[in-house]
Amino acid sequence: MSACLDISNLSARLPSGQRVLRSVSLTVQPGEVRALVGESGAGKSMIGKAVLGVLPPSVRIVEGSIHLEGADLGQLSAKERRRVIGAKAALIPQDPLTALNPSRRVGPQMTDRLIHILGWAADKADRRVRQLLDEVHIREPDRVMRSYPHELSGGMRQRVLIAAAFASEPRLIVADEPTTALDVTVQKQILRLIAQLQQEHGTAILFVTHDLGVVAKISQRVTVLYAGKVVEEADTPALFADPQHAYTRALMAATPKYTDPMASLMPVDDTVLAGLAAEIAVADHDWKPGGGTGRG
Amino acid sequence: MAENLFKVSGLKVALPDMTKKPVIGSAPMVEILKGLDFELPRHSVTGIVGESGSGKSTLGRALVRLIEPSAGKVLFDGRDITHLPETELRPLRRNLQMIFQDPMSSLNPRRTIGAIIAAPLKLNGLGDNISQRVAEALKRVGLPENFAKRYRHELSGGQRQRVGIARALALSPNFVLADEIVSGLDVSTQAQILTLLERLADEMGLTVAFISHDLSVIRRLCRQTIVMRHGEIVEQGPTDALFADPQHAYTRDLIAAIPLPEIDANWLKAG
Repeated sequence: MSACLDISNLSARLPSGQRVLRSVSLTVQPGEVRALVGESGAGKSMIGKAVLGVLPPSVRIVEGSIHLEGADLGQLSAKERRRVIGAKAALIPQDPLTALNPSRRVGPQMTDRLIHILGWAADKADRRVRQLLDEVHIREPDRVMRSYPHELSGGMRQRVLIAAAFASEPRLIVADEPTTALDVTVQKQILRLIAQLQQEHGTAILFVTHDLGVVAKISQRVTVLYAGKVVEEADTPALFADPQHAYTRALMAATPKYTDPMASLMPVDDTVLAGLAAEIAVADHDWKPGGGTGRG
Repeated sequence: MAENLFKVSGLKVALPDMTKKPVIGSAPMVEILKGLDFELPRHSVTGIVGESGSGKSTLGRALVRLIEPSAGKVLFDGRDITHLPETELRPLRRNLQMIFQDPMSSLNPRRTIGAIIAAPLKLNGLGDNISQRVAEALKRVGLPENFAKRYRHELSGGQRQRVGIARALALSPNFVLADEIVSGLDVSTQAQILTLLERLADEMGLTVAFISHDLSVIRRLCRQTIVMRHGEIVEQGPTDALFADPQHAYTRDLIAAIPLPEIDANWLKAG
């Protein structure tokens, strides 16, 4: 079975020459949830942006490739790339309030993508969006579609964006910290909803998060990232049973755990950080940009 | 000296609801806190937990009198501060300090860290030996002395929050309000800041109100916990007991909704 998403040896740089992604390789198989976990600055959101072709102009991909459903994104023209990504991938963003246009009603914002990128007829798009709103347990689709974003609660807005993401039946969804801005009880509902729809629709998800608790509950496989470098990759149960890298272990010990308060929230040891710095220095020293494929 | 630093009874706060303001005339008042009774024991960290809109931040602001309660009574160190005018509050402010959620917006970008920490010292007549006092405050939170010459943007998130703590503690206050002070930080930094606050509270004998949406953090840090919802206290008591045997269904829901970093195939389905 070929991977839904295959990122191979991806490196990216800022204009200053600083590497922000360091030879990242990861795959997402059809229908699986792959968590991408790391702290701020690890580059986890950047990988999501690279997949969706929305990297900021200052970030240059200098090496590696991204294959989405077999298509090599780096080899496509900008127009082709937008068409492929638009048809095959979708985003569930972190902050539903900034992701929605405050001055437009929610309904047209949900059908926009279907009509303008996928070329659906308006009534077909409308039916499809209503169907998905039902799947995310929104009981009054008419009212919600007529609402402006500020008239909906945070959980409701996130439901709307989940419905919009699944509406086009993408093969891959990039979920970029989709529950970080939500209250914990709402977070649980939203995670449940994403897992449910993911299974019913057989969608692959690249789930970007900083929270190992969320990783444990939602993903089948996980990649741990630090400073743009993959430090560990494993099946999720294996990662929690037997973390291999010192940084993964430190991250687990730092994560709060109400069942074991004294053994959680442990500050990351300086030797772990020194070890990581050394690993990165070695990787950067050995690295020569070769075979760059331009913007991906 | 009473056992409790704060004694609060029947606390109500009402604020104008600007979304319902008519074109002419004043906005209707909406009740944010609906009559709260609680005490904050001295030399102890009390957690205040709730989801967004529960009124936990409003409660904090009423304690340090950034807002004036509409009813009820707030006794601070035996003194009624519920309706004290600002001139009479001024001498008390030294003992009512605050650490904010987002140090990026609570530290002035145009002033050096040294000047930021020195400001409350000077206001309270401690302007002599100022550079030495600032150096001590920085040392206390584990930052090098030369950080006094730096600006906000030159610091990492964790370092900025250390500055926020240094400023609040520079006056050796009795009481510190910490409002979501680690929610913007990475887990590794979060652990450092909490360990620091835990140590300082212990060393300086501080009374702390620790507001957070995260029960896991509260479990680690706080001796007592107050659980809030919709402007009311649903449950309060010693943190150990609250976790071992939560009395209110809402507390149980809050605890059950926390995703623990462990594999549990049934978690998503349950509840």
